[in-house]
Formats: sequence, C-alpha cells, structure tokens
Amino acid sequence: MLIHMKSCRLLLLAIVGATVVACGGPDDDDGARVATLHRGLSSDPESLDPHKARSVQAGDVLRDIGEGLTSYSTSGELVPGAAQEWTISADGLVYTFTLRADARWSNGDALTAQHFTFSLRRLVDPATAAFYAQALADIVNAEAITAGSLPPAELGVAAVDDRTLVITLARPTPYLLGLLTHPSTFPVHPVSIAQSGDAFTRPGTLLSNGAYKLEAWEPGSVIRLRRNEQYWNNQATAIDAVHHHVLTQEVTELNRYRAGELHITASVPPDSFERVRDEHRDELHIAPYLGVYYYGFNLTKPPFKDAPELRQALSMAIDRAVLVEKVTGRGEAPAYSWVPAGVNNYEPRRFAYAELSQDERNAAAKRLYRDAGYSDTNPAEIELRYNTSDTQQRIALAIQSMWQEVLGVKTTLVNEEFQVLLANMRAAEITQVFRSSWIGDYNDAHTFLSILQAGNPSNMPRYVSDEFDSLMQRAAVQIDPHRRRLFLEEAERVLLADHPVIPLYFYVSKHLVSPDVTGWGDNVLDYHYSQHLSLRTD
Amino acid sequence: MLGAIPTLLLVVALAFLMVHAAPGGPFDDERVLPADIEANIARAYHLDEPLPEQFWRYLSGVVRGDLGPSYRYRDHTVSQLIGGAFPLSIKLGAMAMTLALVLGISAGTFAALRRNSWLDRTVMTLAMTGISIPVFVIAPVLVLLLAVQLQWLPAGWSGNEGGTRFVLPVVSLALPQIAYIARLTRASMIDVLASDFVRTARAQGLGTRAVVHYHALKPAMLPVVSYLGPAVAAILTGSVVVEEIFGIPGLGQFFVRGALNRDYTLVLGIVIFYAALVILLNLIVDILYAVIDPRIRQR
Repeated sequence: MLIHMKSCRLLLLAIVGATVVACGGPDDDDGARVATLHRGLSSDPESLDPHKARSVQAGDVLRDIGEGLTSYSTSGELVPGAAQEWTISADGLVYTFTLRADARWSNGDALTAQHFTFSLRRLVDPATAAFYAQALADIVNAEAITAGSLPPAELGVAAVDDRTLVITLARPTPYLLGLLTHPSTFPVHPVSIAQSGDAFTRPGTLLSNGAYKLEAWEPGSVIRLRRNEQYWNNQATAIDAVHHHVLTQEVTELNRYRAGELHITASVPPDSFERVRDEHRDELHIAPYLGVYYYGFNLTKPPFKDAPELRQALSMAIDRAVLVEKVTGRGEAPAYSWVPAGVNNYEPRRFAYAELSQDERNAAAKRLYRDAGYSDTNPAEIELRYNTSDTQQRIALAIQSMWQEVLGVKTTLVNEEFQVLLANMRAAEITQVFRSSWIGDYNDAHTFLSILQAGNPSNMPRYVSDEFDSLMQRAAVQIDPHRRRLFLEEAERVLLADHPVIPLYFYVSKHLVSPDVTGWGDNVLDYHYSQHLSLRTD
Repeated sequence: MLGAIPTLLLVVALAFLMVHAAPGGPFDDERVLPADIEANIARAYHLDEPLPEQFWRYLSGVVRGDLGPSYRYRDHTVSQLIGGAFPLSIKLGAMAMTLALVLGISAGTFAALRRNSWLDRTVMTLAMTGISIPVFVIAPVLVLLLAVQLQWLPAGWSGNEGGTRFVLPVVSLALPQIAYIARLTRASMIDVLASDFVRTARAQGLGTRAVVHYHALKPAMLPVVSYLGPAVAAILTGSVVVEEIFGIPGLGQFFVRGALNRDYTLVLGIVIFYAALVILLNLIVDILYAVIDPRIRQR
C-alpha cells in the first residue's frame, strides 16, 4: 500500500498547506463583536470621488459616507442634511443655506461653506471631467464653465462666511433641493485633495462628512465602512459597521442571503422570484421606482419616420398587463405614460387609449395599421434590438408574438452586447425599434421629460417637436410650482400623442431585507441610508 | 527567452486593436452625456487622440512597467488591480491544481492496477461524469447543497474569513481536472505496465508496489506532465467562471468585467500579464519534461 500511503500524505499536505495559505490572507475582521450590516451591491462603484462616480451603486455607498446640503428621510421626504436651514428668494433664483455649526469631517475639521464652493466648482471644472457636471447646469455660468469658456471661479456659488452658502441660479429650478441630495453635489475636502491628489479616495486617506467612513475597499469583493464618530448626528447612528458586498450575480446574492450571510439584497433574480415570494414573503420589499423601461423608435429613418399610425398601432397592440404579470412578473407596473406615478407635484398624463380594454385597443391598432398602408399580404417587417440578457429576450419574444398575433407584423429579433446596442442607438443609422430605459436622477417630472427635448443627447429616438419643446421651455421659466406643473403635464400629453417611444413598464425596487433589520422604508428613489437602519442582535 | 519579446509585442498590438475595434467606449451609457462633458472626459483619458498616438502612449507606459489607470475602477491603477487579484487567483489555481493532481493520479493508478474491476469502472464513470459536467453547473449545485441547505460552508467570498471559503471554489475548479487526470493516468499506466522493462522488473521478483513506485509511475506521468500546460489554461479559464459565481475578486473576474465595460487598459493589462504568464509556464513545462525524462536531456 505504498502508493496509497504516499497519496494520503500528499493529500494531507495539500489540505494543510491550503488551509495555512488561506489563513494567511487578509483576515482582519473585528475581534470584538460589533453590529455589522451586510448589504449586497450589484457592482463596484467606479470611484468614491463623488465627482468621478456615476453609477447607482456608487451612489449607494457615497450616501453612507457623505452628505449633501439636503438629504432624504427613510420614507423619501426631503430633510436638511449638512445645511440646517435655507431661504429661497422670491424670484426662486437665490438659495441661501446655513450650515450646521457641528458639521465636521471625519478628521475633526469643521465643514465650511468654502468647502462647498470648492466642491461645486470642482464638479463643473472641465479638468475634473465629471460625469454629473450637468447636475449643476441651472446654476449661473455652470454650462459655460464646463464648456471651458469661463473659469470655475465664475460659478454662481459663494461662501458669505464659514456657515453661509449662496447658490444663484440662471433659471428657476424647483427641484434644486432634491438635486442637492445627489452624491455629485457632496463636499470634498480641499486639503486632502491638495495633499493626496487622485489618491484621496483611498481608505485611510478619504475624509467623509457622512455617518460612516471608509475602512477598506477590495475591488470586486467588499467595501467596509465604519462609524464616523465626528458625524453631527452620530448619536442617532445605530449600526457600527457596514459592509457592501460586491455581488454581480443576482443568484449568488440570493444564495448568500439564504445562507444568512447578507442582511439586505440589492435585487431578486427573476427566475427565483416566485419561490422567493413564497418562502420569504415578509422579507421581500417591492416598491415603485423612478424608472421606465421602454422601446424607442428610430424616428430618423423609415419605416418609423413620419409614421405615427404605425408607431401607435405597435404601442396599442402590446398587452402590458400580460407583459408585467406573465413575463417580467416582479411586481412591475404597466406603463401608459412616460413619467412614472409617484413623482413629486405631478400627475402623469396617460395614453388616450389607456381607458380601452385590450380587445378594443387591438381593434383600433388593426385599423391604424391598415391606415398606415400595411396588411396581411403586405406586412410591416421590422427589426427589434435589445441587449443580450434573459429578461430582455423574454420581453422581446413576448412582444414579437403580440405584434404578430394582433397585426401580423414580422419582427426580427436582434440581440447585441450592451455596449454595441448603445453605440447603435447613438448612431441611429441601423436601428429601428430598440430597448432602453431611463432612471430618474431626482424626484421631478423634468428628469424624464427633458431627455426627449430636441438636442438632448439621451434623446435616443431623435424626437423633435416644436410644441413639446416650447412647453418644456415655458415650464422652465415658471416660478409658481402649480403653473410649472401644468406646462409639464401638457408637454407629456403632446409627447404621448406623437408615440416616439413605447413605455412598457415602470421599474420597481426589489430587496430582501432580513427580519433582523429595522428602520427600513420603501421609497420611490430606492435610497436606503445605512444610518437610518438598526440591527437586532440576539 | 528573448524570442518572447516580439511575441509579447504582437500580443499587445493585437489586443490593443481588438479592444478599440469593439463597438462602444468605456464611458458609454444609456445616460448619454452632453457633448462638452463627453469631450472633457475623452480629453482626461486621452481618448480624443488618434489611435496610433494612444498606442504609442500606452506602449511607452508598458515598457516603463506602467499599465495605466483603469477606466472603470477610476480610483485604481491596472497594476494595483492585477497586483491584488493575481495572488488570489494563483492561490485558488494552485490549490485546485494540487487537489487535481493528487486525487487524479491516485485514482488513475488504482484504476489501472485493478483494470476492469468494479473499482476501475466506478472511477472511470465518475471521471466521465466529472469531465462532462461544466463548472457553471457543479458550482451552484455545491453551493445550494453545502452552503444554503446544510450551511456547512460559506456561500460566498467577501465577509467570510479563513480557509473554509476556499473549499467550494477549489473543489468546483478541481473536479473536471481530477477526472481528466485520472483518465490520462489510467491509460498511460496501463501502457507502461505492459511494457518490457516492467516485465523485467517483475521477473526480478519485485512486488507490485515497488514496480509501480520505482519503475512505472515516472514514465506513466509523462502524458500528465504534458497535460499540465492545458490544465493550467483550463484552470485559468475555469477560474473566470468560479470567481464570478463565488464573487471572488480574482483576475478572471476583472478580465470579464473589463471586457464588458470596455475598460481598455484593464483588459490590455490582463492580456499582457496572461501572455507573459503563458510564455513563462511553457518554459517551466519544457524544463520539467527534461527533469523527468532523461532521453530529452541527452538530446
């Protein structure tokens, strides 16, 4: 049994060796038991520099470590953040903020109005190359600075004294206070940037003014945060440590939740949704979210250029109720408008046909299809592009068959890698119908409607309507929120009547939240600050 | 060894052309940026320069050992990302490889010695199953069984400390290799056992154990050694899947994400790194071969 012995020894050696090697890894978990919240994050943040970050995931982490002038409560109401109060001039153009006297950085430095002017100027400075530079487009001179024709110091932001900040707008922007909750407007610490340059976001170097500070970041794995003792509202923070686990696969995330390794998931995989709903009914949180899933038409080329009847027929022939119940099936709301419900001070307009039954819609769609010059012997042949993914494919297949069944349209499905689809959408050369989506940046109808204005770079269908644009411009100069709202709602009505897009459904946020977590609140922005949560530890 | 430099250069040039030929750029999104902002970003990352100029800038960086900043992980350089990910991938790969060699060779040898017995048939059936089931099926099944249902082992990487978090990824990665090596060893061992020098050894009165250990094992290992190269490649590619499934921040995961995100510098950096690694591994296999087989040394 020589070989047997030998291989046993080798095996033993391998196992021992492996364990020793593994234990030599970066195991620096807390010796003492601290209340640690484990959250899923669907991808790494690009950056923890608020001016270089862009993704929803970066925002989730940044909202834990930083704080803007304003913030949101658990239920999504606007509340004071680093500013304790503010006044707005009668013309709606000048905002004067008073910072909290006890607002501090994690190293104990006072957070001053000068830090905010530095940060907001840095955001629009072309040298920073910030993705969200346009977040401040409504502030005086912001666009000229980003275009490089004015120096950053000309931005309409001034520190009157250490605690008083004045922001001057070029036009009324009723959603400014909401914008100031966005991480791109968070302050950065000027001295640490001067000292460390681009490396200022490193653990140990990054100063934060939020409830947590950065302890460690292992790209592709985990971001570990610790309580910031210097935070002005530190005594209200219940959880000592937050670990954001980077889990790109929804299935992996679900497995880890079920194995008890996560308190909160970032999502729920579509394939397991029904089982999750049965097994974790009380832990599943589904809430409306500010996002619309849509199919866009390329309006610059045939067959959809100057073909409103065909576009409307295709829009009407889609049974959205079946789509959200049978195909997506995660609690999504069928979309008959462009702006989702739940937006502040706004009542979405709906398609005129939304009141009809699906049979009536189908009948009307057939008439429109015939009016557009198509028939059974001369069917429309169209190409539908979507990015490669199971969900997108299922939706595309369902819609292909609805169009075939109701109208007899011949649809070719083309799936492309996401970046390829984006490039094709932007070029608007070979696209006909394409899948896209829009997630609101702030809680206002403007974030949805403005992208379909002529010249907006995200206007993928290349929709151009003088009537729509003029209504949007008139809304932009209104100080009275009610009058502004009427213009926006009218603009949406005009937009829907032109059918440049087929809104299919409104997104919902989907989280599993462990029964150990208290203080969770569903809200339309899907913001869940760790500082508002607490953990039952028993 | 000097011959490796033109090979590497060619790899860099081809990879550079290919990542830039892929449609879309690293900063494209459904949220299209205003033209001014897009221009500022392109300028900041030198994407506005003509391609030859970008290539030259990149190449002169590589020569100095600077693989540039990652476009997707903007707070990190490519060297930092590879430096953090590679030791982990190596650890994972080395453990899987060791496990595969030890179990594969033992199982294959036993099967060869008990040829056509129930043991042989069981081992070979298991091996066939191991080869046919892909990693992306084995891994989730193991997770469901051992982590979610029985809760014996952690389901994922981050936040779980210690050696236990290696078990499931290493086993998933090693299983197909164990199977393959067992089959190779068995076939080769059967050949060797039938050869003249083994018959001579037996005729001299040596027992089976001694024959296998002193005479048969070494020559029977030659096919396994030459399989080491492809095995390393298979473990490298397999680790892409395993790292993704277990959320392990290894090189494979960064490679896949980098490609999907059009993170040009990260993809290029990893390609260069892999290419250098493969060249090095081939060299090592050549040397190993010479060590094991005296005939090669003499040539």
